[in-house]
Amino acid sequence: MKITDASMTRFGRFGGQFVPETLMQPLKELAEAYSRLKADPQFRGELSALLSNYAGRPTPLYLAKSLSRELSRKVYLKREDLLHGGAHKLNNVLGQALVAKAMGKTRLIAETGAGQHGVASAMVGANLGLDTEVYMGEVDIERQKMNVYRMELLGAKVIPVRSGSRTLKDAINEAMRDWAGSYETTHYLMGTVAGAHPYPLMVRELQSVIGTEAREQILDAEGRLPDSVAACVGGGSNAMGIFSGFLRDEATNLIAVEAGGRGTSSGDKIADHGACLNLGEDGVLHGAMTKILQDPYGQILESYSLAAGLDYPGVGPELAHLVEVGRVTPAIADDGAALEGFRRLSVLEGIIPALESAHAVGFALKDPEALGEITIINLSGRGDKDLTTVMEHEGRGGI
Amino acid sequence: MRLAEAFSRRPLLIAYICAGDPSPGATVEIAQLLARSGADVVELGLPHSDPIADGPVIQAAAMRAIEAGMNTDVYFDVASKIRAEVPLVFMGYYNMILRRGLEKFAGDCADSGITGLIVPDLPPEEAGPLRTACEKAEVDLISLVAPNTPTERIPYIAEGSGGFLYLVARAGVTGARADLQESTKALIERVKTPLPKAVGFGISTPEQAAEVIRAGADGAIVGSVCVDLISKGDLAGLEDLIRRMKAAIREAKSAEKVEKMESARI
Ligand SMILES: Cc1ncc(COP(=O)(O)O)c(C=O)c1O
Repeated sequence: MKITDASMTRFGRFGGQFVPETLMQPLKELAEAYSRLKADPQFRGELSALLSNYAGRPTPLYLAKSLSRELSRKVYLKREDLLHGGAHKLNNVLGQALVAKAMGKTRLIAETGAGQHGVASAMVGANLGLDTEVYMGEVDIERQKMNVYRMELLGAKVIPVRSGSRTLKDAINEAMRDWAGSYETTHYLMGTVAGAHPYPLMVRELQSVIGTEAREQILDAEGRLPDSVAACVGGGSNAMGIFSGFLRDEATNLIAVEAGGRGTSSGDKIADHGACLNLGEDGVLHGAMTKILQDPYGQILESYSLAAGLDYPGVGPELAHLVEVGRVTPAIADDGAALEGFRRLSVLEGIIPALESAHAVGFALKDPEALGEITIINLSGRGDKDLTTVMEHEGRGGI
Repeated sequence: MRLAEAFSRRPLLIAYICAGDPSPGATVEIAQLLARSGADVVELGLPHSDPIADGPVIQAAAMRAIEAGMNTDVYFDVASKIRAEVPLVFMGYYNMILRRGLEKFAGDCADSGITGLIVPDLPPEEAGPLRTACEKAEVDLISLVAPNTPTERIPYIAEGSGGFLYLVARAGVTGARADLQESTKALIERVKTPLPKAVGFGISTPEQAAEVIRAGADGAIVGSVCVDLISKGDLAGLEDLIRRMKAAIREAKSAEKVEKMESARI
């Protein structure tokens, strides 16, 4: 018996389930439970109530007047930074945690890089009464102390990951290893549209609320669709979330802005960027065939970005597919462009964006012509978490 | 030697080592030592940066090996230098194979004396292209069955497997465990296939190896404990362990034969 027909787990030639046999059954159970629940009125009602009353949906679509003036076009911001927790991560986490609960799981495990997904997981763990353990690379623990404390305050346990490069990719490895031994009681709450089926599909659907709202909101405001939608891409969940609302609107250019880090070159073990859609090659990472950063032998490289949430050497398989078929345009903003976006948006609009989201803003500042007359930038998160990083970068020392 | 031939003299002891730990040269020596001491198959791991099916012991070995210069070219060079009268089996992650090219990889296996491949992150749903390449190169692609594999799924997995079937003794990752779980024995019972069955993940003592043979397995696979001894430089200990394991599984097998003969008499 095949678990799932391989064609059902793919986006073109990307995706699939490249995982140990031990994980095939848990993935199948998850896919079945999710597909049953998403059609279930009670589940939908519960999720929708949590999204509005706990998380604060819908989020506004805000016409950024000064930025628009500066760029001589209309720039709208989809305000996921206003979501509870300060980032889009909660949309996905709420849905998955409800699925986990319905499946009778009592424990959540999650990976985190910047700590945003870990914090969101810890919030729902507290809210829904599920034990929550978050794997986090030792390097990330050091650079995101505030979020470590937030998770602990919310009652979650942060487990330091000492293997490999001790960053996000290793935290995902460790969460997968844990799940292979604990799936009977535990749900693996993956934070982005990467990994084996059904994660890329499920996380995109749970994040699609961003795009559904944004499409209605722009039609209300402008009476027409935007010429472009831009979003930053780490694994790709905020991008797929907003893009999914516009996929069928062929005239709307969907721009996926990846981390250009400190340059486009790669060393033996470390790439200077996180730009998999732009510079990666076919490979398998964390259970999916996608675009990855790797050496000539297939060892995975460490990625680099000032924004911890974009510091990942893989990308969601659906995005790899959409780029390959020409529906999504890959773009790059480096650390400098992101810092420019971070500062300009703060000064122009009184909004401090997350360093991740600042990549999309930085791209807009750098290449406004690419946006057309009306654009939506997905402001995936707020920047409070990044103040220390930026201060240190400016040589002012952290807080 | 093809695996089918090796399995004609069951029970088999299959020993895993991580190629390149502590050095490529040492791996040649250690593989030969394993064969000399009684291992019937040597599983040669190609270290990967992200070994999601492996526990801490093999993870650490992989890191050391990569640091010591192991890569796929060196790997095949090492394999071709091993002089031993036992089959060599590749164990490694799919991305390393994909990156080299499936046909080239399978061909390089055949050319360097490797007769089978174990790819822990490649379930049969995804294995089609590699299986085709392996068939062409006349090497076996060995499939894995886990304790939580539904019984209805086992024939589908076994059907695509060459050489033998790898029974994963327990959920989770590689690494030594104190006890053998009931679910391991249940798995051995549940798997009905004409292919030989070898059990691995968590076997670290002669007693455990004997137990899986008594439970009906055709082979016992030991990994982390070998890697651990190698990391401590204790090759004498490794040799001794392999000898004792081999003796234990032989004894288990002959005891089983006697039991069978006795029950046949009754
Ligand atoms: C605010 C924010 N935006 C974007 C990302 C990147 O993730 P994704 O590409 O899945 O949206 C993160 C990840 O931590 C984040 O915190």
